[in-house]
Amino acid sequence: MTRTETLMINMGPQHPSTHGVLRLVLELDGEVVVKVTPHIGYLHRGVEKLAENKTYHQCITLVDRLDYLAGMSNNLAYVLAVEKLLDMEVPKRAQYIRVIMAELQRIASHLIWLGTHGHDIGAMTPLFYALRERDEILFLFEMVCGARLTPSYLRIGGLAFDLPDGFEAKAMEFVRTFPSRVAEYETLLTKNRIWIQRTKGVGILSREDAINLGASGPVIRGSDVNWDIRKSTPYSGYQNFDFIIPTGKNGDCYDRYLVRMEEMRQSAEIVKQALETLPKGEINAHEPKVVLPPKEDVYTNMASLIHHFKIVSEGFTPPAGEVYTSIESPKGELGFYIVSDGTNKPYRLRIRPPSFINLEALSTMVEGRLIADVIAVIGSIDIVLGEVDR
Amino acid sequence: MNKEDITVKKLRDQFPDSILDVSFFRDETTFLVKKEDILPIARFVHSDADLSYDFLSDLCCVDYLKREPRFEIVYHLYSIKNNKRARIKAPIPSNHQVISSVCSVWKTANWLERECYDMYGIGFEGHPDLRRILLTDDWEGYPLRKDYPLKGK
Repeated sequence: MTRTETLMINMGPQHPSTHGVLRLVLELDGEVVVKVTPHIGYLHRGVEKLAENKTYHQCITLVDRLDYLAGMSNNLAYVLAVEKLLDMEVPKRAQYIRVIMAELQRIASHLIWLGTHGHDIGAMTPLFYALRERDEILFLFEMVCGARLTPSYLRIGGLAFDLPDGFEAKAMEFVRTFPSRVAEYETLLTKNRIWIQRTKGVGILSREDAINLGASGPVIRGSDVNWDIRKSTPYSGYQNFDFIIPTGKNGDCYDRYLVRMEEMRQSAEIVKQALETLPKGEINAHEPKVVLPPKEDVYTNMASLIHHFKIVSEGFTPPAGEVYTSIESPKGELGFYIVSDGTNKPYRLRIRPPSFINLEALSTMVEGRLIADVIAVIGSIDIVLGEVDR
Repeated sequence: MNKEDITVKKLRDQFPDSILDVSFFRDETTFLVKKEDILPIARFVHSDADLSYDFLSDLCCVDYLKREPRFEIVYHLYSIKNNKRARIKAPIPSNHQVISSVCSVWKTANWLERECYDMYGIGFEGHPDLRRILLTDDWEGYPLRKDYPLKGK
């Protein structure tokens, strides 16, 4: 007498291809996935709770650690939300520098995605090239603010420092050579037969499902939805740059791959345009109640010292109200919803995490497919558990 | 955004008794609605041809400990077609912490409602799989509530 039953297996949380501490319980019928149940929260640090007990400036260091592969983007989304609450305009130079940082960060984040996604499904080589270029970007960040991973470079009202000497030339050199590097990666993958077999027609997310599941970023654009917040609701001066939004047709892993590859080229293009047209002038808004005085003044001027002390110890008090702002982070729509009760700390700081919501689409993409595809699909969603779990 | 806004007009026409308040702040429109009517409102804004809020950006909860109704569930809606955003808030009293699930309208709501349940203990009627999501199943208490201590119990 034969007996058939499904098999439950556990994938993760310590599994290299789940990109962190994601645990999946897979119900298998032979090699076919019948049901996938993700278990998340292993990296939960209570960021939203912590934020309620910190001043607005202090929260900047918390948001760095959400999507730890895109610290600059997290900074940007957060400061834009607070600036909206304060109804504050930042100088054009600061806006452009923010765009440069956010786009370099997008390239760096996509490079990690490319390397690890390839590595997961058998393409070892791209990882080495991707890390080489990512390191150049991290060196640029280090030049600007001394940190590579968690920059905390953006400030409410502007930036922590102006660009150092030599940055513009180095960044320009990078974005000039970078498109040829992307072409190199593409020679390894785009027409590679194994790559195509592992990604084409795998993990299909239809247009309707992508919208209904709230997917964003390259995941929704791979499913033929032309929606990018940089275009639909330009922030920080994105309307001044000329770039295109790549979209896919089939919503499979291969299309998401193509979308991200093109996005890297477009990001390099945006950085190039921003460097060419970088305005001169101030990097901080004239808002003495919010923006820290220059460091030299703090050392030499009594009033500035008091002022510095006040802002650091007490912070500032925005008007009571609530705002929601979102940006196009490398992973998708990264939003911050801030409820202010008029005190120096946010009453509620809600993070709309793109990785979390994109991961929700996983079961739609893999159920009924082979178990080997699960790994390809996780890679193609590009999650960061720091952001999923917060 | 102003009072002539089509979303405001349509919702007021369609649900005259359910819309408690409409407010505007920093170019954002916020609707305060009765929690009993959240599901018909969600269905309407999602499927109405003019509004077509097909994308649920976010769903979260806020705890206003010192007032009643104590909680608010906040829905951030987006229409990809019209490139418009709207915020709907439903107050939840502390003596009946339950609201209808909107999973049947936007599948996104599944995990987001689970997170609200996990962090605030709000129940969602009609949710297909309401259990904790970030914390372990045996966790006691709801950490994002304002009366939950910062450093744990």
